[in-house]
Amino acid sequence: MDLSYSAEEIAFRDEVRTFLAEKLPKDLSDKVSGSDGDDLTKDDMERWHAILNEQGWLVPNWPKKFGGAEWNAVQRHIFEEEAAAANSPRTVPFGFSMLAPVLQKFGSQEQNDYWLPRMLRGDDWWCQGYSEPGAGSDLASLKTTAVKNEAGTHYVVNGQKTWTTLGQHANMIFCLVRTDKDVKQQEGISFLLIDMNTPGIEVRPIILLDGTPEVNEVWFTDVEVPVENLVGKENEGWTYAKYLLTHERTNIAGVGFSQAGLNTVKRLAKSEMSNGKPLIFSPQFAARVAQVEIDLKAMSTTNLRIISKAAAGSAPGVEASMLKVKGTIIRQEINDLARRAAGVYAMPFASEAIEGSNAGLPDPLGAGPVAAKYFNNRKLSIFGGSNEIQREIIAKTTMRG
Amino acid sequence: MLQDTLRRFLRERYDTATRNNILASDTGMSSEIWEQLAELGVIGALFTEEQGGFGGKGFDISVVFEELGRAGVVEPFLDTAVLAGGLVADLGDESQVALVEEIIAGTCQMAFAHGEPTSRYDLNRVQTSAKVDGDDIVLNGHKAVVVNAEAADHIVVSARESGAPGEDAGISLFLVPADTKGLTVQGYALLAGGRAAEVMLDDVRLHASARLGKAGAAFTAIEARVAAASVAQCAETLGAMDTATHLTKDYLLTRKQFGRPIGTFQALAHRMSDLLIEMEQARSAVINAAGHLEADRKTRESNISATKNLMGRAGRLVAEDSIQMHGGIAMTQEYELAHIAKRIVMGDHRFGDTDYHLERFIALSVA
Repeated sequence: MDLSYSAEEIAFRDEVRTFLAEKLPKDLSDKVSGSDGDDLTKDDMERWHAILNEQGWLVPNWPKKFGGAEWNAVQRHIFEEEAAAANSPRTVPFGFSMLAPVLQKFGSQEQNDYWLPRMLRGDDWWCQGYSEPGAGSDLASLKTTAVKNEAGTHYVVNGQKTWTTLGQHANMIFCLVRTDKDVKQQEGISFLLIDMNTPGIEVRPIILLDGTPEVNEVWFTDVEVPVENLVGKENEGWTYAKYLLTHERTNIAGVGFSQAGLNTVKRLAKSEMSNGKPLIFSPQFAARVAQVEIDLKAMSTTNLRIISKAAAGSAPGVEASMLKVKGTIIRQEINDLARRAAGVYAMPFASEAIEGSNAGLPDPLGAGPVAAKYFNNRKLSIFGGSNEIQREIIAKTTMRG
Repeated sequence: MLQDTLRRFLRERYDTATRNNILASDTGMSSEIWEQLAELGVIGALFTEEQGGFGGKGFDISVVFEELGRAGVVEPFLDTAVLAGGLVADLGDESQVALVEEIIAGTCQMAFAHGEPTSRYDLNRVQTSAKVDGDDIVLNGHKAVVVNAEAADHIVVSARESGAPGEDAGISLFLVPADTKGLTVQGYALLAGGRAAEVMLDDVRLHASARLGKAGAAFTAIEARVAAASVAQCAETLGAMDTATHLTKDYLLTRKQFGRPIGTFQALAHRMSDLLIEMEQARSAVINAAGHLEADRKTRESNISATKNLMGRAGRLVAEDSIQMHGGIAMTQEYELAHIAKRIVMGDHRFGDTDYHLERFIALSVA
């Protein structure tokens, strides 16, 4: 196969680079790189969405008829790699790349006409109501119920969702709810769009081990949802949920993030002195950096192979699971190396400014909160179908008799 | 006996919510817990009889710190007693060792300011200078990530009187009262609990009597004390790993998905078995380090590096796999494992990490 980009693809890459160089605000890329101790705020993320929207690149996955860029898989890959290398914020995926494809395929004309332009304008912030305390890897066992009222105008929703990422910013949530208890688990689930301002909804933050309020619990007590907010047909939500989970997986390998992370590790290891010489010349450390770089080079090619298959029209199946497992192993190893590289300066916690100093962290090399990131990214192998679930999918698919 | 009493006390008094309140406080520690543990004899167990305590050997230290680690205690016993207090006890003259009594009684906090921004884990890379000026000594330099510096009544500071960074000879220790002019402490919280600071020494003037031991000859004592502190840290990590594996085993037996406890899935059951195998390795490694703390220098240091390397590897495996097998719940601050996992992993950032000690073990083996 041809491993190099075509002339058109190179021109596209240059266009992306120019755009990022000109339009990506420095305060945002500083936050993403970690050199500024702060996390991205809601305003930061919305500002980046607006910049991308003006360029017509906010929703590269959408068909043109809905206002998307309709990039092919290779173009999307190029953009994602360049954006990660430039420390660009990611777009918040819940509306753009999770809900929108479901609406476009299974939603009504009215739903598409109403919700999609609002997404592009930034009128709504969507979050995802899938997991429940008792339904994690076993998502289909979810218990949140939706019962139609007597008048048939509303569903009444009761239950609890959890791990709702950035739910604290959201005004809308798309939920999987149980509309029939008497059938096989997967056959009694529906897909509902719920306004977070409806009475009976309570959002409680979950503080993670790195101190960040990134995820939430969302509680529903007799929440009335207009029947118009049902997507597709009642009790067919599991089909839509699976479509959502398998549809948008182009960036699952996180090649760009790993490449950016590896660059940081090398930068730190060149400056950090150990036993009188730069850490990068320490044989044990250098060997680990080299090994993960070798793995990343191969995975990057695997990623391209799968992308070109997808670009040729075949949907990624078991390969997506393979990429998720390998991609998270590599990213987590790089997080471990960054933490190690920082040495004793990995210990401080960037929760507060240091007394008598403006810096977020005391580290003279500006490594950023590497240990916090290491812990936070343990989530990569847990969410979106844990690595154990992915291995199960791989085994079931490939070892079928 | 102390072990049982300590374990019972901490089980009853030191739960996740208690610790989270301590972590959220300005000082990052509880003076009440400190006093109560001092009363139980926790600090006395870290000093020998000649020093005024009733322990002080490798196994005395490992027993205490395994329990502190099991409960995830964040109070700075290691820094006050094993490191700084230990150096005062090892090297101090008659008036200086009087402090040890206060330390054992729980009325004195200490810190050891040794590492510097560019020293990483090397013990002899001291750049901070000590210049004799008549009867005085003047200190200048920057000490990095000094644990417990803000709370310390006295800070033991290392500084170079002769030679170059990277040489063992020429390093001295000084006992510096916290309120000494020219000493600045810029504090911050640590990710795995407790607090530390950058300590700036700007023409800090001391009487020559503040020196601990002989001029330029402190390296041997520093290395031996860091060995004792490494035993403490490895034992603490072992205790934390024990908690992590217990929590994980319980979770695997109670959490149900797909209609059965997740521990009945072979993929997880085998991983749990691997953790238990590594726990036995870790326990033995800590015994090796503690049991050789009083041995000759080469035997001692070789065992310390071996143990630090093994604990770094086994600790990372236990922390990461415990989180993974729990899933999201282990990522939340409210759940005990979150703190315990951070303690295990961040222990590798004190006194040299897995890689550092692998290379050091090789160097000691061929020396």
